[in-house]
Amino acid sequence: MLVITCPYCQEAREEEEFSYAGEAYIARPAVPEEVDDATWGDYVFHRKNPRGWHWEQWQHVAGCRKVFAVKRHTVSYEIAGSWTLADGKALYEEEQA
Amino acid sequence: MSGYRIHRPGERINRQKPLSFVFDNVQYKAFSGDTLASALLANGVRLIGRSFKYGRPRGIVGFGAEEPNALIQLETGAHTVPDLKATQVELYQGLLAGSTTGYPSLDFDLKGLLGKFGRFMPPGFYYKTFMEPVKAWPFYEKFIRKAAGYGRAPTEADPESYDHLHHHIDVLVVGGGAAGLWAATLAGRAGLKTLLVDEQAEMGGWLLTERRSRIDGLSGMDWVNQRLAELASLPNVSVLPRTTAFALHDLNLVQAVELLQDHLPLTERNAALPRQRLHKIRAHQVILASGAIERPLVFGYNDVPGVMTAAAGHSYLNRYGVAVGREVLVQTQNDAAYEAALDLALSGVKVTLADARQGGAAAWRQQALKNAGAELLLGHGIAKVLGDKSVSGAQLVKLDARNNQVIGSGPRLSVDTVLSSGGLTSTVHLFCHNGGRPLWNQQQLSFVCPDEGRENIACVGAITGRWELSDALDQTHATVAALLLGHGRGSTGKAPAVASEEVAAPRAIFRLPDGKPEGHGAKAFVDYQNDVAAADIHTAVRENYRSIEHVKRYTALGFGTDQGKLSNINGFAIAAEALGKPIAEVGTTTYRPSYTPVTFGALAGPHVGETFDARRYTAMHASHDARKAEYEVVGQWLRPWYFPKPGEDLHAAVNRECLATRNSVGVMDASTLGKIDVKGPDAREFLNRIYSNAWSKLDPGKCRYGLMLDENGMVMDDGVTACLADDHFHMTTTTGGAARVYSWLERWHQTEWPELKVRFTTTTDHWATVAVVGPNSRKVLQKLCTDIDFDKDAFKFMDGRSGTVAGLPARVFRISFSGELAYEINVDANYGRYMWEEVMKAGAEFDITPYGTETMHVLRAEKGFIIVGQDTDGSMSPNDLAMSWAVGMKKPFSFLGKRSLLRSHTAGAGRKQLVGLLPLDPKVVLAEGAQILSNTDDTVPAAMQGHVTSSYHSAFLGRSIAMAVLKDGSKREGDTVFVWAHGKSVPAQVVSSVFVDKEGVRQHA
Repeated sequence: MLVITCPYCQEAREEEEFSYAGEAYIARPAVPEEVDDATWGDYVFHRKNPRGWHWEQWQHVAGCRKVFAVKRHTVSYEIAGSWTLADGKALYEEEQA
Repeated sequence: MSGYRIHRPGERINRQKPLSFVFDNVQYKAFSGDTLASALLANGVRLIGRSFKYGRPRGIVGFGAEEPNALIQLETGAHTVPDLKATQVELYQGLLAGSTTGYPSLDFDLKGLLGKFGRFMPPGFYYKTFMEPVKAWPFYEKFIRKAAGYGRAPTEADPESYDHLHHHIDVLVVGGGAAGLWAATLAGRAGLKTLLVDEQAEMGGWLLTERRSRIDGLSGMDWVNQRLAELASLPNVSVLPRTTAFALHDLNLVQAVELLQDHLPLTERNAALPRQRLHKIRAHQVILASGAIERPLVFGYNDVPGVMTAAAGHSYLNRYGVAVGREVLVQTQNDAAYEAALDLALSGVKVTLADARQGGAAAWRQQALKNAGAELLLGHGIAKVLGDKSVSGAQLVKLDARNNQVIGSGPRLSVDTVLSSGGLTSTVHLFCHNGGRPLWNQQQLSFVCPDEGRENIACVGAITGRWELSDALDQTHATVAALLLGHGRGSTGKAPAVASEEVAAPRAIFRLPDGKPEGHGAKAFVDYQNDVAAADIHTAVRENYRSIEHVKRYTALGFGTDQGKLSNINGFAIAAEALGKPIAEVGTTTYRPSYTPVTFGALAGPHVGETFDARRYTAMHASHDARKAEYEVVGQWLRPWYFPKPGEDLHAAVNRECLATRNSVGVMDASTLGKIDVKGPDAREFLNRIYSNAWSKLDPGKCRYGLMLDENGMVMDDGVTACLADDHFHMTTTTGGAARVYSWLERWHQTEWPELKVRFTTTTDHWATVAVVGPNSRKVLQKLCTDIDFDKDAFKFMDGRSGTVAGLPARVFRISFSGELAYEINVDANYGRYMWEEVMKAGAEFDITPYGTETMHVLRAEKGFIIVGQDTDGSMSPNDLAMSWAVGMKKPFSFLGKRSLLRSHTAGAGRKQLVGLLPLDPKVVLAEGAQILSNTDDTVPAAMQGHVTSSYHSAFLGRSIAMAVLKDGSKREGDTVFVWAHGKSVPAQVVSSVFVDKEGVRQHA
């Protein structure tokens, strides 16, 4: 069981309060009709599933109901931090660059 | 009769409080403070059970959580608990217990006969023997089931309650022995919020047994009491006895179960309090002080009742005032067992001590033992124990000083009890539950926890291999002091002073040799509970099981409720020898929760029945009860299923309800439909993106059916949404999909389109909804409402109006899930029942008929309306459902799922599509879920064409109808297909799925 900090409520709370909401920062193609089936299929179905650090979305379903970003290690379950989606995105993009 | 009571200074029983109890229908006497095991031993009861595989007689071996044999059934009826360890059951007045094994009886066991032919039951016996023929397995199984297993699960509901408690603390100390008590003292003095738990009724750990040590000049128990008094005085410290920490999870979440009332007679338990409490503890720092457990040595017939661990013999003597025998042989390879031998000898027991070491223990110990009158045999080991249902003697052999070999015969002793000690095994379980690995310590001959522990987990005392009290306390003090310094807490003073004593090194021996090749001599048991002998481990290795995990699974070593607490290290060592590898390289099997068995009751806690899965009732529920509704559970809702009149079954009631609705007027409680209030300047744009159909032109006062797709283009929910104002919509969802859809809207809004100004509020519980359905529904509404014009042209199909119904503010939507003229009245849920009754009164003159979900299903199927989740399964696109009319491919924004509808697979041929089916025999109602075949050819595998999704008898049509998904169904109207179920093939014709009023005249009436 994880302990997750909601960046909106500013509190570390038990995992029971949250709901996993998938990998973070998956870009929806801006004009879906212009991408081919393979690219669209990749967006709909394929996920990173890394062994290591992973950017993911959690929703504070039993709290403020906000979706936010969490950077979590899939082996050690260590959580590096949690951010609003906007704040996290800047960090995420910095990492990807 | 071999055990007996003997007065011991400092014993933990209260002789002023005698108790009586019953075991296997015989009444015995005991004292308050006894365990069931100590009381049985005091009464000379040795035979407690029969072994798992061979039915061999078995008795008590240990004195705590490590006990492998003495599994008992406690109490009877609803209070019965199977497979408790007699060593852990605290005795109370009137306790009722029995053995769990022995067929037909404990004294005469059929398997016991089988056991005589033990050589024919190698590991893997069941796999090897009962493989063929496959059809005979049920026959074998019947007998195996009868012969195998231990206790019996209760068949009645548990009358006791359980609860859960969460802790968020600084420090959790696991284990209330000397190390744990000192760690808790230091943490407590530093002002940290500290919790100390221990599985036993009394704190003190090994100090409860060992009486010679002095700590800071005090006797062990005086020092324990001083610690407990100090801890009790600290408001930041809690101490929980009878509390077993059984699992350690990520981020220092420790689960512990506290036995609050198990030690009380059933009649004295407080029904207002839980029997057990599950503690879920989050601690910044966990300090493991779980100590060590003495393991036995492995030798021939070491399972005869009367063979125990030395620590058990020692504990029964000093804690419970029970001498386990009159003539006792103690077999050891280390110094510690001398302590047990000494206390027994000083208590008047005739003691012989055999030491596998040529040099024996430190000189002072040997002298003390001799002074007490005990006989000492150095360089000796037990070849085999004599006796059948009780020890009668032992045959010893002389051991080689270095090699694990026999160099000569030894004496044949006449004794009634054998105690053995193979050294201590650190209780590393919790440390290893979430990935920690123990290290092999060749000096201490145990897998131990590393001194440095892990992040936020410290290990102190015997768990690190420090067997001597002085070492354990020094290491505890140093470790905890360093931790506190790290937390910015200052000086911690000095470690408790304990005089150190000279100790001779133990001998690295696990299996005592008998001079014969393994498998040829007397059976030497490693794991008692699973009847795994040393020879079985050799067999497993010979059959090429090389990994210790595989050896474990093949032999069942460490499988039982004792989880190998006594057997694991012996088993690993024997496997290492057979493999020709060092023990460190063989390693351990994986330690998993839980450390000891935990009741389902404690795990479930208060989350049972309706507090586990909440039941939701609509505002009209009392009305439905009064009309004798039969209910079904939909999602968490309890919905009326049908309203039977006296003598009616489901079919009769549904036929009546359907006809009444189609011919006059029916009424249904539709309150459970999910409702979401969508509001904001961009609400309309949001709906355009989330629904497949278009919302741009929906004017206030109008309703529209919406289809919601996932990004894969498949239907995930549907419902009617009403436009209340240009920026305000009343959305409805399926009953089961409400929460999912709400979350779906939020996530898309927050993650993809945060720029859209729109808010969602779940209003499912806020509105009560009464659906008035049928040709006379307008007349009913007109009677109840004066401020809404119900004229057919003023209030059209798919219009919505706000007004006053039966004096209440209401939203009325003219929508229909039946194809009839119909209105849904939404009012504040607090008035739901009132509205329902007002509708019933107003409709009385039209014989208004309440109906439930079953009639709703039939009415909608007659119209071919789908139910998401029944006629769809997550692989149906709108096109597959012939609902392309609800897909706005020209909408400017690429709505969810749109692109997927163009994917080659989604747009391709050969997909299953929704059709109607008419069985050729109109009396036959097809089975829902039945497979559809193109012909009656029954070759295997058949080419499956689809399946039936909904199927009913339609009273209105006077025949059966069905909906189905069929490969390329949209092009197969008129075909005859064969519906296969229950071994029969039924012909049916493929038709349009709209069976009633294809033109929609009725709903527009």
